[in-house]
Parts: sequence; C-alpha cells; structure tokens
Amino acid sequence: MKSITRRSNAPVFWGLFGAGGMLAALFGPVLVFITGIAVPLGIILPADAMSWPRMQAFAQHWAGKGLLFLVVALFMWHAMHRILHSLHDLGVRAGTAMQFACYGVALLVTILATWALMALGF
Amino acid sequence: MAETTGNGKVVRIEVLRYRPEQDEEPFLQGYDVPFTDDMSVLQGLQYIKDWLDGTLSFRWSCRMAICGSCGMMIDGEPRLACKTFLRDFPAGTVRVEALAHFPIERDLVIRMDDFLAKLERIKPYIIPKEARTLAQGEYLQTPAELDVYEQFSSCINCLLCYAACPQYGLNPEFVGPGIMALLHRYNADSRDGAAAERMEIAGSEAGVFNCTAVGYCSEVCPKHVDPANAVNQNKTRAAGDYFLRFITPKGGAR
Ligand code: SF4
Ligand code: FES
Repeated sequence: MKSITRRSNAPVFWGLFGAGGMLAALFGPVLVFITGIAVPLGIILPADAMSWPRMQAFAQHWAGKGLLFLVVALFMWHAMHRILHSLHDLGVRAGTAMQFACYGVALLVTILATWALMALGF
Repeated sequence: MAETTGNGKVVRIEVLRYRPEQDEEPFLQGYDVPFTDDMSVLQGLQYIKDWLDGTLSFRWSCRMAICGSCGMMIDGEPRLACKTFLRDFPAGTVRVEALAHFPIERDLVIRMDDFLAKLERIKPYIIPKEARTLAQGEYLQTPAELDVYEQFSSCINCLLCYAACPQYGLNPEFVGPGIMALLHRYNADSRDGAAAERMEIAGSEAGVFNCTAVGYCSEVCPKHVDPANAVNQNKTRAAGDYFLRFITPKGGAR
C-alpha cells in the first residue's frame, strides 16, 4: 500500500472540476437556451443577437474575452474529469495514461481557446 | 430456541457457501426455515446452524446492532443480519451472501485484514494537543465541541459502507468511507492534536479523492454515521492543505 504515503495531486484537478461545475450549473442551461433555442428560433432574443459583428465585438472586449475563456476552459476541465471518472466506473482504470489523455484534452482546449481569443485581437 | 414451527410460516434462505478446503468456488445452498415475525435473518442462520446444517459459518455476537460482526449482503444489499427481519421478505425467499468487496474466509465470514491495517494507520485514538499532569485534571470539552464529532464516533466497524462503495470495489487501496469517518472523528475532537498527521492519509493517493460522491455508504450505515459527509469535508480540507503548503512554512506529506 504505497499509495497511502504518496501525496495526491488530485486537488488541482478537483479544484478545476469544482470551479467548472459551479460555472456550468450557473451558466450552462442559459447558454444552451440562448445559443440553441432562443437565437436560432428568434424567440425572446432577436435573430441577429449572435451575428458575427456582435460576437466579434463581444470577444474583443476584455470582459467578453475573460468570460469566454472561463466558460470554455473550465467547462472542459469539468467535463474531462467527469469522463475520466465515469470511464473508471465502467472499468477503464483511471491510471496515469488515462489521466494524461483526459486532462491533456482539457489542456489542449484551454490552449486553443487562449490562442483563438488572442488572435481575435482587442 | 427449540425447533418450533412458529406460526407455520417458512422462508427459504439461500446462503452463499464457500469452504476453501473442499469447494472450488462459492455456490448457493438453500434451506427452508420456519420462522416467526420477530425473527431476524441472523436468527434464521442460527436456526440453520443448530438444526439443519452445522457446517455453516458466520460471525455474530451482540445480536443488537452494536458489535458490527454480522454484516452481510442480504438480497444484494449490505445489511446487519441482526437488524434485518425475515418477515420483510414476503416473496418467501431471501439470499444471504458474504459482504461484497472482501475476500471470503469461509461461507459468510470475510477477511477484514485490509480494513484493520488501514485503521491502525490513522491512529484511531486521541493524541492530546497538550500534555496534562494528573494534578491538572481531565481534558474538558463543551457540548458544542462534542457535537462536532459525536456522530462520527458511532461507527461500529461493520464494513457495510465498504461493501456499498463502488470505488472501494474498484480500488481496494482506497482507505474507504468507514476509516474516513473515524479519521474525522479524531481530527474534529477539540482535545486531539494529531490532525496534520492524519491528513497525510486523507490527502494521499489512497485518500478522499478516490470518492466520486456516490453516497450509498451513508445510506447503508446502520448507525447513521454519514461517512460520505466525513469524506467530503476532508476533500475540502485536503485540498486546502495541498495549496496552503506553498504559502505556509511547514508542509504536510511529501
Ligand atoms: S461508517 Fe457506518 S457502515 Fe461504515 S463501518 Fe462504520 S458503522 Fe459500519
Ligand atoms: S450481531 Fe452484533 S451487530 Fe449484528
């Protein structure tokens, strides 16, 4: 039983998972409603609410950028942690390889989101 | 108890048998047991041993949900045999098996070496914060200080929560719900001073982060200990320790 004497690094991922979960609970449903129902169907919100110029302006403002970054990155860390542990429950052991794969995807998406947001300029 | 036919009711008890010296693998054996409404599953097993088949092995002692010896899977659920009644199986059959997730020693008796080894590691006793001489008198505690840990001190080491925990089933290195409840019981005691040492175990790779918040452990606990709550409180604390060690001089585990 070596594992009982080794400090776990889980708090890092658990923290990101928790933060992403909180954000998902607060913003997830309303985001699905806005982007998936309200805007495409033109109910409540005008159909051009998410037009290119508007969204570009949103993503170029520092606050919009920050919000987009948090929503994309933290949702991703939350999701990959969940997937890792759900696969573990289904018999795919959450060993080092699986941790690299799952958290690696989250890290990759975080980097891509940073790059895309920066590329859009201010 | 004499061989009575009670009020004429009979229940079929299917028992998972395994005698390592003669059985290749565990198998179910059925017994028809006459019972009365006040009989527990444990009494049913005792009837079998006394009157039908003396070779059956199972653990028990107090027959009143205090000693924690009689934990077993009853119709697939981890329960105390002395706290489960035969009258509650109206279909007329009940399946009794050794506690899940543990190696079987013989019939319904499991090996609890793993649990005992872990129990020893958390130092399940008060390690006084400050030494007091006899002349200084006892270590006093307010009712509010008692409230913080009292619930967690009701654990009877019955292991039902381990049989309920899917994560312990998948990774037996996980210290598990019962041990975490006991760890918390001592850490939360105002007289104790060894929390930092015990937190090394809570925050280890075998510790609290193996839990995925299933919560079944607390549902099956016969003493309402709520081990899931102990695990969750210590997730927050272990995470705090993890990050705080970077800003406080003396760190915990390596
Ligand atoms: S926490 Fe409850 S279920 Fe678990 S060993 Fe203690 S008494 Fe039994
Ligand atoms: S015999 Fe003691 S708890 Fe059941």
